[in-house]
Amino acid sequence: MALHRGRGFAAINYPIGMNLGGDPSQALIHSNPDGKFTVALSAIDLGQGMKSVTRQIAAETLGVPVEDVYVDTADSDTGPHDMGSFASRGTHRMGNAVIMAAREARAVMLEAAAEELEVDASDLVTDGRGNIHVRGAPGRSITTLAAAQAAQFKQGRTIAGRGIFLIPLSDVDPDTGEMTPVSTFAHAAMLVEVEVDDETGEVTVTDMKSAYEVGRALNPRLVEQQLRGGAWMGMSHAAWETTEPYYPQRDHGPVDFNTYLMPGPGDLAPHHISILERPAEDGPYGGKGPGEMCANPVLPAVVNAIYDAVGVRIDELPATPEKILRGLKAQGGAKPKKRL
Amino acid sequence: MSGTDQPMIDFRKQFFANERDDNLNEIGKPTRRQDITGHVTGRSPFYDDHLFEGLLHMRCARSPHHAARIRRIDASAAERMPGVVRVLVGRDVPRNLNTLLSLLDFGIDDEPLLSTDRVRYRGEPVAAVIATSDARARDAVAAIRVDWEPLPHVLDVEEAVKPGAPVVLDVYPTNKFVYHGKYDHQKLRFGDVEAAFRQADIVVEGRYQMSPIEQAPMETCGAIAAPEQNGRFVCHTSTQALFFSLATASKTLEMPSSRLHFIGGTVGGGFGGKVDSIHEPLAVLGAMLTGRPVKFMWDREEEMQVGAPRGAERWYLKDGVMRDGRIVARRFTGYFDSGAYTRLSSYAIIKGVGHLPGPYTIPNVSADVYCVYTNRTPATAMRGFGITGVDFAIEAHMDKVAEAVGMNPVELRILNAYRDGDMKAHRRLAKNCALIECCQVVAEKAGVKLSPAMLAAASTRDGGGERARLPSHTATDENGRVQGYQASSYAKKGAKQPPPPGALALPPAARTEAPRPAAAQPPPPSTHTPAATAPRAGSMRFSSLSGFRKR
Repeated sequence: MALHRGRGFAAINYPIGMNLGGDPSQALIHSNPDGKFTVALSAIDLGQGMKSVTRQIAAETLGVPVEDVYVDTADSDTGPHDMGSFASRGTHRMGNAVIMAAREARAVMLEAAAEELEVDASDLVTDGRGNIHVRGAPGRSITTLAAAQAAQFKQGRTIAGRGIFLIPLSDVDPDTGEMTPVSTFAHAAMLVEVEVDDETGEVTVTDMKSAYEVGRALNPRLVEQQLRGGAWMGMSHAAWETTEPYYPQRDHGPVDFNTYLMPGPGDLAPHHISILERPAEDGPYGGKGPGEMCANPVLPAVVNAIYDAVGVRIDELPATPEKILRGLKAQGGAKPKKRL
Repeated sequence: MSGTDQPMIDFRKQFFANERDDNLNEIGKPTRRQDITGHVTGRSPFYDDHLFEGLLHMRCARSPHHAARIRRIDASAAERMPGVVRVLVGRDVPRNLNTLLSLLDFGIDDEPLLSTDRVRYRGEPVAAVIATSDARARDAVAAIRVDWEPLPHVLDVEEAVKPGAPVVLDVYPTNKFVYHGKYDHQKLRFGDVEAAFRQADIVVEGRYQMSPIEQAPMETCGAIAAPEQNGRFVCHTSTQALFFSLATASKTLEMPSSRLHFIGGTVGGGFGGKVDSIHEPLAVLGAMLTGRPVKFMWDREEEMQVGAPRGAERWYLKDGVMRDGRIVARRFTGYFDSGAYTRLSSYAIIKGVGHLPGPYTIPNVSADVYCVYTNRTPATAMRGFGITGVDFAIEAHMDKVAEAVGMNPVELRILNAYRDGDMKAHRRLAKNCALIECCQVVAEKAGVKLSPAMLAAASTRDGGGERARLPSHTATDENGRVQGYQASSYAKKGAKQPPPPGALALPPAARTEAPRPAAAQPPPPSTHTPAATAPRAGSMRFSSLSGFRKR
């Protein structure tokens, strides 16, 4: 009886946004008289970070500090329509809608500033720190606060913007499947190391090495958060979780977290992540959506590593000790492959 | 091999550097999240924090059978129990039949909110008790008597598609969703796989089974609805898709959307399981019929066994491979286990088909993918919906192909990887590719030795040209042709106009309305039911009766 080590590899790509399009997102932005901006969305952020990504996108496009932007979400009375937070569409779709809204608001802000400075708006630039100045002449400047106040109380302008992003719904050919599914793809590759106990059938993931291509990493910390959490979910999917352990029979269905198994902190493998950034043509500042695809390479990489370790193919998830022991028994014990 | 000397995260800025401007003000900065303080201090509100005064609690009576006819529902004892305000059954729902994607004009309404005549999965709701406490609602649920007539059921996807299998849904009599009004599966045809198999040196076959899993959000799915001013209703919900849920409630309650004010959450997780819009219509209906705030929330057992999981998928793969590792043909047969109703599985299949054959350039690809109805909890979206299952199959299969041709598994991927300008099987050119670079980086980190040719490969090179061509011949067929369905405008090439409401037309026989059960019905509501008039424009509203709405 022994522990067997093995390595498994997998590579994937992932479509960003709702398949075939037809999933609009809207954003509205307005400034308060003190030069702070509110981004109104009906989109939902249940923890993934969309609120913060759209905040950075709005600040970048408006040319104001991120502290001057607040994103309000999830209210059907105050936020304009959005299709929903799924299909890795939040950053891509909402981000583009926010850019469009922020551009319109920025244009009005610069017009207000131009009137105060008595220059042409096209000659103005923002420094991202709350100032608007004449290109090449930083001395001739006005704060965004002063421009917003002038717009509100002197000029009678609304510094506001509307944005929408829509890839129109497209068709599928019933006979060939010809279609225009999505406009951009994220990518990943992963190598997983496992230890398989040929006495108990237990699998321990001991190390993960990955490379994820996510378009531009709009906020590197949020990207890391998604990738770590998602890879954990993939590992759990591969070797722990299921609502129906004897699928297709419905017996032994778990009803709580005592019977629905997931890896705990002690089961987490070190995950060495490398991030590649190939900007998406139509992504907001080149961003894609890392949220869903991060789990996907882990599942096949784990079963491939199990095969490498003991020579048992697990073609039915999850890779439970029972399945591994049955596989070992059928082939007369561990048959390490050591191909990687 | 342990890699302890490697960083936990690094950014490989040298790749695609000429395609990026890395000198922006805010983009690319590790800015702290706007909402993080609330999240880590427990101050961010969950929908379940909106505990209105006089809040009522809703719980459902559910089927213990995989399939059964409902002869009678007797709620009279439950109604007399202390604290019970109202018991809802199917006839209380104004439009008790829906399919989620009807908002996109895709599919036939197939699922009741509360089933009246038949149940199709264990856990299907048939009545909803509204009571003054959760415990009283549970007690009353236990007192509801249902006269069941168990029916034959089918749980396995391939059993379900055999002739003579028990029919799960009358509107899909062969237990298969109908695509484009034309076929009982979604096809992908690119080149001629059968001819290519004959020319291949090696054929590798495999069967893969994806397991159903639970989205397992921290906060279980649910909604709290309450009457607002002017005949409106506020609904605090766990939804991931605010207007999706709002429109579903508007449709099933036959209520103008202007009377609905939906407020979503700020934390609590979703992972795909909060799109189904099960709770919002029933919570709003409860508030309508009682005139009081009503909460409908799954407990953890319901979340795991009644809540829709990631569906199980079964995939058969067959590859034709040359001795040098080039894959020349790949054929898929896929069965999505949709469970008892459609929800979103039909959509996920088209997404999955658009994704085939994975991130590789293969000159001959074919797929037949079926959305199959079985007598189990309906499946729905989960992180990677439509993709995760088939990626598991593809990448487990690639490992077998690598072994069959005696090739390093990383090099097999790079050799077959798609590159900028390549024609994909759905007949669009690839762009913005980066699979090769991801493989190279992982190989370097793991000490997997690659040949000079593999190290020199790049997504931006050697694609297009011959690889951009459409196949000179594509083998097509009429297998799985169905009759009597009208083409839907969604996902139907060349559709000229949308069909009338009700989407797909059906053979007359399948159209018959199911008779209402001879159930004991609760008395009509004596409490106020708001008039069906839209509020004046500019009328007052309160965003939350509870007065706190922190985000």
